Amino acid sequence: MNVTVNGRQHAFDGDPSMPLLWYLRDELGLTGTKFGCGIAECGACTVHLDGEAVRACATPMSGVADRKVTTIEGLSPDGSHPVQKAWHALNVPQCGFCQAGQIMQAAAMLAANKNPSEAQINQTMAGNICRCGCYQRISAAIKSAITGA
Amino acid sequence: MKTIIENVSRRRFIVGAGGLVIAAQFISLKSFAEMHEDYKTGAGAMPHGVVTDPHVFVTIDKNGLVTIIASRAEMGTGAARTTLPLIVADELEADWSRVRIKQSPGNEERYGNQDTDGSRSVRHFIQPMRHIGASVRLMLAMAAAKHWGVEVSDVEAKNHEITNKKTGAKIGYGAVAVEAMALPAPSADQVTLKTADQFRYIGKGTIKPVDQKDIIMGKAIYGIDAKVPGMKFAVVARPPVFGGKMVSYDATATMKVPGVEKVVVIEGTPAPAKFAPLGGVAVVAKNTWAAMQGRDALKITWDDGPHAVYDSAAYRAQMEETAGKPGLVVRNDGDAEKALASAAKVVTAQYYLPHISHAQMEPVSATAHFADGKLQVWAPLQSPGGTRDELAKKLGIKPEDVTVHELLLGGGFGRKSKCDYAIEAALLSKAVGAPVKVIWTREDDIQHDFFHTVSVERIDAGLDQSGKVVAWRHRSVAPTIFALFVPDPKHESALEMGMGLVDNPFDIANLRCENGEAEAHTRIGWFRSVSNIPHGFAVQCMVAEIAQAAGRDPKDMLIELIGPPRIVDPRKSQDVKDFWNYGDPFESYPIDTARLRGVVELAAEKSDWGKPLPPRHGRGIAVHRSFLTYVATVVEVAVDEKGKLTVPRVVTAVDAGFIANPERVHSQMEGAAVMGYALARYGEISFKNGRAQQGNFDTYKVTRINESPAQTEVHMVQHGLDVPSSGIGEPGVPPFAPALCNAIFAACGKRIRSLPIGDQLST
Repeated sequence: MNVTVNGRQHAFDGDPSMPLLWYLRDELGLTGTKFGCGIAECGACTVHLDGEAVRACATPMSGVADRKVTTIEGLSPDGSHPVQKAWHALNVPQCGFCQAGQIMQAAAMLAANKNPSEAQINQTMAGNICRCGCYQRISAAIKSAITGA
Repeated sequence: MKTIIENVSRRRFIVGAGGLVIAAQFISLKSFAEMHEDYKTGAGAMPHGVVTDPHVFVTIDKNGLVTIIASRAEMGTGAARTTLPLIVADELEADWSRVRIKQSPGNEERYGNQDTDGSRSVRHFIQPMRHIGASVRLMLAMAAAKHWGVEVSDVEAKNHEITNKKTGAKIGYGAVAVEAMALPAPSADQVTLKTADQFRYIGKGTIKPVDQKDIIMGKAIYGIDAKVPGMKFAVVARPPVFGGKMVSYDATATMKVPGVEKVVVIEGTPAPAKFAPLGGVAVVAKNTWAAMQGRDALKITWDDGPHAVYDSAAYRAQMEETAGKPGLVVRNDGDAEKALASAAKVVTAQYYLPHISHAQMEPVSATAHFADGKLQVWAPLQSPGGTRDELAKKLGIKPEDVTVHELLLGGGFGRKSKCDYAIEAALLSKAVGAPVKVIWTREDDIQHDFFHTVSVERIDAGLDQSGKVVAWRHRSVAPTIFALFVPDPKHESALEMGMGLVDNPFDIANLRCENGEAEAHTRIGWFRSVSNIPHGFAVQCMVAEIAQAAGRDPKDMLIELIGPPRIVDPRKSQDVKDFWNYGDPFESYPIDTARLRGVVELAAEKSDWGKPLPPRHGRGIAVHRSFLTYVATVVEVAVDEKGKLTVPRVVTAVDAGFIANPERVHSQMEGAAVMGYALARYGEISFKNGRAQQGNFDTYKVTRINESPAQTEVHMVQHGLDVPSSGIGEPGVPPFAPALCNAIFAACGKRIRSLPIGDQLST
């Protein structure tokens, strides 16, 4: 099978039940996508599959055949995605480990809905855990990315 | 510190080798410690102390690029890789845009203490880092003066260039870097620190966290991200019960899993095992997934050992029984027993706080490569230097043959102070003859944690006719973290008792603290704020309970108990042994009730304490001094008819002495509210048959964005450099849970005495 990751096509002939997460991290060396729980509970491994946010830890390789995967490394070449810019402006991260997943989730949300409500933001982002507790800034950064302010 | 003083002395001795000259120079020579008499910390008493040699921490290349060494662990506070370096850069008069940060390996002989816990980084290293920066600034000035043939007093180093004040000529740092850095470190009395009004970065909060751009782009490398050519991936099946052992195993099915290469037995260590691995059976494979599949296929027979019957519900009952009886007296002012017996009213409450797990977002992980008798390790470690020593000991090699590459920590909270995972990786690499990365799944990380202790806290308070508190007896029962280090301890250590028990600051004439016996039945470790969590919870909930009993406002009651401005010195109380002031001198960091009261009043004022709220809303307040910092928190909650809890607002007031990086203080306090909410609302690891009952974020819940405090405001008490910097990473946590539970009581009349809150509000 083939899979396209950040615009580059790769052939894969390993275990089709292997989660995409371990393929990205162990085989492609794309370690920006993080392992946090393995059961789609924390969102640290969030990537885009044909533009939609999915949890790479619960997405088997068989589910990504001939599809396009975007990881944090492929979101923008220079950190210039509006979500990344807002994250940087508001100093969102503490340890930073969950932030790739948070950013990928937020970016997918804004791609689908340019102006989500507070309730929609909370609902969409509730799948992404930050143990350092950066939620107040995550929320502010998303609102900043929406308005461009 | 000792090392450096000796080095400097020896050099001076050689330079001035001749009669009276030696004596004169020797007398005028002042060490770093002597120059900072007014700013004494416990840094020098930590293993390997403080190193202030600028050559160890700063290099400057010919283009003027300044490299500053970060020698402590960066786990999200920003202290190690942003705040301490910006302190160096400021005193160095370096332009931050021409500074880069390099992480040091684990090596305390060279860098001084690297043990990053106890909220010590800025507290212990602000002055050494200032001294290092100022030393390099002087060295640059000396080199430029020599270059121009003028006196050092004729030149000034400022913002990355040096000016000849006589001629107005300017020269960049790079032009004299080689000559400057070849100079010996100036003696401490030659070095002039900047005054606060000259600060460019210190105290401003304007510097972006160093790794932020990389984090946002997915380029930051954490311990779990280590890449070593040819590395294998391993997961380990560990004994499900602490103290258990593998009896036999069958790896037949495991070896049939594609990608699995080897199965290796890791020996456990009988308690007290410090940070030694739990032992078990490791599966080494070509990727993590294959290793996990292989582990699932193992058939293992375990001997569960002496803790097989550990049941947290039964243990709670046992601890409660202990708390009902007199314990070891650990502080005794006046006669609390007599005062309780004659009190007009006695208020009694008992609180329970269960084990909790760190659940830092990055599960522990390490990569090791053992070859030709030498070991390299790449890992996220709170104590990279200490880990190096542990690895050397375990592998029977010299510390010089161990290189510990410190990577970013995806959260630490105390878990990554314990290097069992690094030892596992080292043993596995040695066994398979290749680099090995050990991955802990989330279940591994939660179930084999070094858990926060479990505790029962009972307080009896006696009130006189007027409602004044005249007696206070606090009994604490909790297994100690020292079970990691010594065989079967039965009592909390002085360190734990100094965290909110015997350091009680209240103005109560008859005050008695007791500690009942408790045994550890699992691995107990330190969790962000440690024993301040249970002690602070009990004391600060009790204040509100007393206020309720006396018909008083809880904030007024708290202010009354804090009493007049004074220094509370527990060392003067009877029965307080080895009082732990976080390892720092009491004279520099006393218990100052004026500062304690100050944060209470600040938080109350900023939170509109006393102003009306909508129905079913309530405010709660709590204050706690920990890690030498004073924090008061007001939590506002709403509890609807169905018991649904929301937290619209949190106001925190912090007095941490001089603040070096206010921006990262804000982030720590915001985060403390979120972590405080998690432990209050959900935090519990329970045990049955010796096994942790929770394993992942579905059963061990933590705060999510949709329930997180909506708004956390942080207010800092402003101090100059004359008030020493104190801890920041931990002190925000302890007041949150009691403030929350006090707010819940104010909102709906339900008193929470047992954490987590769980579904107690809906029943």
